[in-house]
Amino acid sequence: MVRPIRVLVAKPGLDGHDRGAKIIARALRDSGMEVIYTGLRQTPEQIVAAAVQEDVDVVAMSILSGAHNHLFPKVVNLLKAEGVDDVLIIGGGVIPKEDIPFLMESGVEAVFTPGTPTKDVVDYIYNNLKR
Amino acid sequence: MNLEEGLLKGDKKACARMISLLENDDKEAINIIKRLYKNTGNAYVIGITGPPGSGKSTLTDKLTKELRNEGKRVGIIAIDPTSPFSGGAILGDRIRMQDLALDKDIFIRSMGTRGFLGGMSQATWGAVKVLDIYGCDYIFIETVGVGQSEIDIVKIADTVLMVMVPNLGDDIQALKAGIMEIADVFAINKSDLGGADKTQLEIEMNLDLNEKSNYRPPVIKVSAVKKQGINMLLENILEHKEYLERTGELNKSRTVKNRNLIIKLVEEELMKIILDRTIKEDLDYLSKDVTDRAIDPYTARDRVIGGAISTGVKGYSFKK
Repeated sequence: MVRPIRVLVAKPGLDGHDRGAKIIARALRDSGMEVIYTGLRQTPEQIVAAAVQEDVDVVAMSILSGAHNHLFPKVVNLLKAEGVDDVLIIGGGVIPKEDIPFLMESGVEAVFTPGTPTKDVVDYIYNNLKR
Repeated sequence: MNLEEGLLKGDKKACARMISLLENDDKEAINIIKRLYKNTGNAYVIGITGPPGSGKSTLTDKLTKELRNEGKRVGIIAIDPTSPFSGGAILGDRIRMQDLALDKDIFIRSMGTRGFLGGMSQATWGAVKVLDIYGCDYIFIETVGVGQSEIDIVKIADTVLMVMVPNLGDDIQALKAGIMEIADVFAINKSDLGGADKTQLEIEMNLDLNEKSNYRPPVIKVSAVKKQGINMLLENILEHKEYLERTGELNKSRTVKNRNLIIKLVEEELMKIILDRTIKEDLDYLSKDVTDRAIDPYTARDRVIGGAISTGVKGYSFKK
């Protein structure tokens, strides 16, 4: 039996813009994934708690407020602290190019910026799952 | 991580992984349930059902908070529909339960229906048992938004809460068979918006026509968003629990449910065995034969089954 990939689409931080997150959620749904969407303004702790309970394969975070350098690594570290080591962590949103190397170093495995075709995100997930 | 030990110790990761494995029909996970089944029976299962957008998730959130005030450990299984086309799903019930995420004594799991009709998913039963072993005192199962006939929740929940909203239809809707018959407790949510008295009256009038019984489902007006009537709703749910326990009905109805469950598990396993033993090409040829009217569908059925297990009917193989 083919197991559907489970993805947590999360909106950390204080911005209220989830159009992008919803479009990604829809694209993942249409590619056969189970998407858990937890809504706006999630703390890193809430995101990690949901990721653990939902036993997801992927945590996909979207942020448009500019707080990515603070919040993305925090989620990565909290997941590590929980002993979760088989989850693919990706991020997206309005993220300046020069911030991407730092985010990748911190453990975010891919960063998708505006204009990315949704198919690229779907393909990336299919090709980089950890379990 | 040892799943079995983790689950017994109340480890959230072990609990989450066990549910995933059962959803995927994993043999090892099934063996763990076989070994730990004697540890179940502590949890009381409350099914929450009702039309889409009636406030099932928000009400679950509020009821859970009430139970947490009493120090109870609560599990929530929230089911949303899987796409029949892509197999994907948007599971969005957690949005209404954000405050619950960090409570160590609450476990929330979203599930897709994965092709299973009736408002639930095939693995819901397994997830209930996992949460029971994990140590939940109460387990809420929130069904997908239902219409008129998705009543599978009665096959698994001890108490069924039907969440209605005002102004959805006239008194004929309350008279119809199906979901209106399965409720142990009715909640009329969004009752702050008006029209709730009329809906309540329609449901009560319909309940008047029920056969005499020692238990009559109460109809409670609530507003989940305004936190009105939640206390009273929980009291009524717990009164139903107490009624079932006092009269011995709880055990009786659980035995009926287990009978249905056994039949259902046998059905699933037999289907799997038969399809595993059926060559895909045979099925393709048989389908074409039926289209061409070379054989009829009933004969095709007998041949597929006869090919997989011994029934006395000759199996079918195009290779022969």
